[in-house]
Amino acid sequence: MTHPSDPGPAPVLALKDISKSFGAVRALRDVSLELFPGEVHALAGENGAGKSTLIKTLAGVHRPDAGQVLLDGTPVVFHGPGDARDAGIAVIYQEPTLFPDLSIAENIFMGRQPRRALGRIDHKATHSATAALMRRLGVELDPDRPARGLSIADQQIVEIAKALSFDARVLIMDEPTAALTGSEVARLFGVVRTLREQGAAVLFISHRLEEIFQICQRVTTLRDGAWIASEPVEGMTEDDLVRRMVGRDLDELYPKQDVTAGEVALSVRRLTREGVFTDVSFEVRHGEIVGLAGLVGAGRTEVARAVFGIDRWDAGEVEVDGTILTNGAPSTAMAAGLALVPEDRRAQGLVMDMSIERNIGLTGLRTTVRAGFMDRGAERSRSLDWAVKLQVKYARIADTVNTLSGGNQQKVVLAKWLATGPRVLIVDEPTRGIDVGTKAEVHRLLSELAADGVAVLMISSDLPEILGMADRVLVMHEGRLAAEIPRSEATEETVMAAATGRAAA
Amino acid sequence: MADFSLSRAVRWDTVVGVLLIVVLLLSFGTVDGFGNALNLSFLIGNTLPIALIALPMTLLVVSGEIDLSVASTAGLSGAVMGALWNEGLTIEAIIPICLLLGVVCGLVNGLLVTRLGLPSLAVTIGTLAAYRGIAQIVLGSDAVTDFPTQYLDFAAGRIGDSFLPQAVLPFVVLLAIAVVVLHATPFGRATFAIGANEEAARFAGIRVKRQKLILFTVTGLMASLTGIFWALHYASARYDNATGLELSVIAAVLLGGIDFDGGKGTLGGAIAGVFLLGALQNVMSLQDVSAQSQIVVTGVLLVLSVLGPRVARQVALARASQRLT
Repeated sequence: MTHPSDPGPAPVLALKDISKSFGAVRALRDVSLELFPGEVHALAGENGAGKSTLIKTLAGVHRPDAGQVLLDGTPVVFHGPGDARDAGIAVIYQEPTLFPDLSIAENIFMGRQPRRALGRIDHKATHSATAALMRRLGVELDPDRPARGLSIADQQIVEIAKALSFDARVLIMDEPTAALTGSEVARLFGVVRTLREQGAAVLFISHRLEEIFQICQRVTTLRDGAWIASEPVEGMTEDDLVRRMVGRDLDELYPKQDVTAGEVALSVRRLTREGVFTDVSFEVRHGEIVGLAGLVGAGRTEVARAVFGIDRWDAGEVEVDGTILTNGAPSTAMAAGLALVPEDRRAQGLVMDMSIERNIGLTGLRTTVRAGFMDRGAERSRSLDWAVKLQVKYARIADTVNTLSGGNQQKVVLAKWLATGPRVLIVDEPTRGIDVGTKAEVHRLLSELAADGVAVLMISSDLPEILGMADRVLVMHEGRLAAEIPRSEATEETVMAAATGRAAA
Repeated sequence: MADFSLSRAVRWDTVVGVLLIVVLLLSFGTVDGFGNALNLSFLIGNTLPIALIALPMTLLVVSGEIDLSVASTAGLSGAVMGALWNEGLTIEAIIPICLLLGVVCGLVNGLLVTRLGLPSLAVTIGTLAAYRGIAQIVLGSDAVTDFPTQYLDFAAGRIGDSFLPQAVLPFVVLLAIAVVVLHATPFGRATFAIGANEEAARFAGIRVKRQKLILFTVTGLMASLTGIFWALHYASARYDNATGLELSVIAAVLLGGIDFDGGKGTLGGAIAGVFLLGALQNVMSLQDVSAQSQIVVTGVLLVLSVLGPRVARQVALARASQRLT
């Protein structure tokens, strides 16, 4: 629908002055957004800025308290996700949920397969319709292949194909690249460009700023639930975008301080867990940040788990500040001054139904005790102390951690471990899935800890993070330590070469 | 986002406490013979075995495990007690032996669960049958009734002229200990953490297996103490003492708001659940409801008590989201 007064093409979908509150929390305040056909539009903002609420409003999950949703210029009210889908709006989530035992074609046409006489499913028609969708996307996937075993990237393609089969004109992609490898991202972007050329409007969310510059034409930024700007990407720099998102100039993302390394703090000698990792030896000194890089599955996390005592090792030795650790005993590792911030904060780092106070308190069950009883006063002040030091954003310390954003949850995990006063800190993917502002805070914190003499071992799949923060980089390849690279020689090329087994140690 | 309104929603253990008071008041008013001292002492005396085992069972379920063999352990303790008495041992020698036996029964359950990684539901269904079988081998179909009078009197006697059985005193002490352990010690805190997220507990340095082993062992000990009390209270040691008691214990604990999936609940709620079930059973007996029908009611209560807290949570959530939209 076009009005005579309209100068350019009309937006296919628009939000006008949308507000949405949950209790006392104002998730969105007077937010407006226009999506035009044939554009890829980025939605930028820190965790908790209101991106999820905005997406759910577009997808018909939430109904706004105020404001309008306009489809082709006409106000519409979505009563549920079904309404939004019928209006041609599809959401592609980070981790799609397909039926593993059904084929790709069956997943796409679930419940609405083409029929033959007597209501029998027309497999041939289903197959050819799916093949046509794949051709449209420029992707080669066999429609008859079962969904089980498909990579996350392929599963997303199936979801996109499914959206197209519903004649979706608006695709919302919520952090689609978070779990993809470089070449998978490139293919996904190919598909997105194809969709754009065919006239679809794509709303794209990613924490990786460089992707916004690669694929998007315009970007809308939210901060604390408020609309900040909608503008063309061309001519902007990453710094400009970060400033919009966090509302101030970001101190350096990698604030690494120069530190003279002290005595050896953590010594891992010929550690082996059969079939998982072999003959791993390294040292971390007080004041050092040592990066542990490698491809997913190279055995980095497994080494960390064994060192901390979660899994048993079959051979070798671990020493922390002169204490030889007991095999398979996290409590003795903790007593020796070791802390592990695990990779999966929801499953391993936190008890989601427990309060912030008690989650931090879990590592203090030996210290905040008086005459055998919990010393609640001591527990509270310990937890408050660290929650404040790490600037966790919460309403009440007694709130459960599942009310917090991802970045703040990660800060609670860090608080929980820093409260033990560790001499050696192992962090496994410390900034995965958290926004750029919090990421910089975590980096500053790690840098300060190292300056205070803590030995830090940092496992990360984020190569710029490793290169920006580490004094030395250890690289694992297929369960073995493949290389040790000093900061001066560490580049994306040298680390990746070792990680993929192209260079000898 | 709805969580902060949830914390203000009605807690299930409060619901059960209020329900208990309502049932008691109604029974006083409408059920003939409920309010007299003799009946009240029967009510409490018959409920004490459930209450005694409910103490460790609450901790065990909070930690995410369960023990179905408790009634069989109680029966085995009684049977061994009777057999040893027939052999001429003194009661002062027999009681420690029986308690030790309970420790062993609990330890076996705990080792099978923690060392072999078997689900406690399956393990304790097995030992439920095994312990009861051993009890029958030990005592056959005999009933031993001639225990020393001062012990029988203690187990069946009342405090002065009141309706309270003497055994209430030691129970109150044990209850206090259990409340403190679960709600005020690092051990209790760790128990909740294990039940809510065992992996996160392990990553926090909590010795999960050791803690579960302790809980199973204490449960065995308390079950055998209950078996001894049972034999003395009813002045009868038989291999089939306390048969089916595990059903009442678990129904009562779940009724009291202990989450079957672990990690949630209070001992206050569990004990309210125990006495609510006890009062209902007492009222049914007064109304000449048959024992079989009482088991049906207990079973239905068990199902309701798993459903109840969930429905309450759903209702609270729905109400919260209604307020929000």
